[in-house]
Amino acid sequence: MKILVCVKQIVDLEARLRVNDDGTWIDCSDLALRMNEYDEYAVEQAVRFKEQCGADQVDVTVLSIGAATVTETLKKALAMGCDRAVHINDDAAWRKDPAQIAAIIAAFAADKGFDLILAGMQSQDRGSAQVGALVAQRLDYGCVTTVIDCDLQPDKITVRRELEGGLKAVVEVKLPALLTCQLGLNTPRYPTLPNIMKAKRKELLSFDVEEFACPDPLVRTVALTPPPRKGSALIIEGGNDEVAAQLAKILVARRVA
Amino acid sequence: MKCVLVMHSRQGQLPESSYELFTCAEQIGAEQVLVFIGPRAALPPFAGRVYLLDSEVWGEFNPGAHCQAIAEIVRSEQPQLVVLEHSSFGWDLAPRLAASLDAAQISEVVAISADGYEVPCCNAKLRRVLAPATPLCVITVQSGAFDAASPLVGAVAQISEVAPPPQGGKEKFVAYEEAEAASVDLGKAEVVVSAGRGMGKAENIELVARLAAALGGELGASRPVVDAGWVEHDRQVGTTGQCVSPAMYVACGISGAVQHLAGMKKSAFIVAINKDKDAPIGEVADVLAVADAVQLLPQVLEQLG
Repeated sequence: MKILVCVKQIVDLEARLRVNDDGTWIDCSDLALRMNEYDEYAVEQAVRFKEQCGADQVDVTVLSIGAATVTETLKKALAMGCDRAVHINDDAAWRKDPAQIAAIIAAFAADKGFDLILAGMQSQDRGSAQVGALVAQRLDYGCVTTVIDCDLQPDKITVRRELEGGLKAVVEVKLPALLTCQLGLNTPRYPTLPNIMKAKRKELLSFDVEEFACPDPLVRTVALTPPPRKGSALIIEGGNDEVAAQLAKILVARRVA
Repeated sequence: MKCVLVMHSRQGQLPESSYELFTCAEQIGAEQVLVFIGPRAALPPFAGRVYLLDSEVWGEFNPGAHCQAIAEIVRSEQPQLVVLEHSSFGWDLAPRLAASLDAAQISEVVAISADGYEVPCCNAKLRRVLAPATPLCVITVQSGAFDAASPLVGAVAQISEVAPPPQGGKEKFVAYEEAEAASVDLGKAEVVVSAGRGMGKAENIELVARLAAALGGELGASRPVVDAGWVEHDRQVGTTGQCVSPAMYVACGISGAVQHLAGMKKSAFIVAINKDKDAPIGEVADVLAVADAVQLLPQVLEQLG
């Protein structure tokens, strides 16, 4: 069984973010980089399938599109247990829209015969939740999004989709299929030191993005702006003592105890 | 401008948030055509053409067939815009539709202006303004971004029932699984004090729980905190958890993702403690204490005695 996992490298979103020079995305220089959280669940799930079915029964390829820095994220996925990594080198990946990213992934995967493709449900930075479903559409794979539980059988996979208000839907999909992983699907492992060392010897293939057919963008970024401020909140700032005292007064006036 | 609104029922009911799509279409001033997947009885009052995909035969989750049928409707109606909710239904179907129609898709729209569609990004710290490069655009609209329209009492729709689907989509619906009964009904609490990712680690949740107790309220949490296992699932506030509107809501270390805001912004009085003065929670807060909640809460608890 062949599994492809698609991962994205994002910046640390807790950091202070600045708009870049052309005004369409954030300035990523000097920011810490990490694997998109949703994709960690996808990597973990692939590795669990490998452990479940036997290491020689399942072959896991992890793929990422981006600048040279994404190899760090790919190495983490290898250390978590993927067999090989594919880096599609593209310094301008951040300019591409979901349809373009999906087209590149589908172009890579088209002749590889993957039985299962796993992706995060969305990225934490742009959150479009489109790429997975678009890849499936291009490859004519079945697709289930927002998966929080899955059970792999020989020719199909039974999953639970998260709906609203705690409701779930049990869905079956025949292989080949693509699943997008929701937070909470599993508990992603931390790579151990021996596995990090072992990962250094694993295959890391690199391709230039130009090798894959990519359509024109369907969406144009007009601007990147801070959200509007209503500015109606009473702001309490200063030393912690002072803030705590003021806040306590407000809370006491409204508590029900 | 013409738009096709796509709504669907869940377990036979139309989600209340679906009415927000009418408001969205009205704001653009677009002629509306409705596609409804659900039982005829759950159709919202509507003055215009309705394509009914009766869920008895079409199912509520049958994305392959739904996509094919709606793409066909869109090709004959020729709208400029197709609008779905940014929900488990919408984000699943919208990319399939957009791909079938060679259309641009813009996800999680929270506002529409002359420049384009505004969508949150980077934990809602920033907004992107996006414009389609295609004549047809599929958008998903974030719940809570537009006010729900009142039902058009007495409106008469022209309903055409869409013929039953071909058999055998790739995805097969098996069953719904109900949420486990929540042991706490946050909706009944007069005060809810919620913990967010800014609390840093599981041990610090105790501070938030103590504040909730001191204020006579219940402990709540944002999604990341629940996913990390710091707080039980039945205390989650937001679109995938419980929606609350207590007399007072206190958000500790919650930056304010749209999904969280949609679940609490109707609270009568909102207090936020956040070290980032620009966090989106400030948009809905009545009081914003700019501080690290982990540092501040012990001092506040001391003051409360």
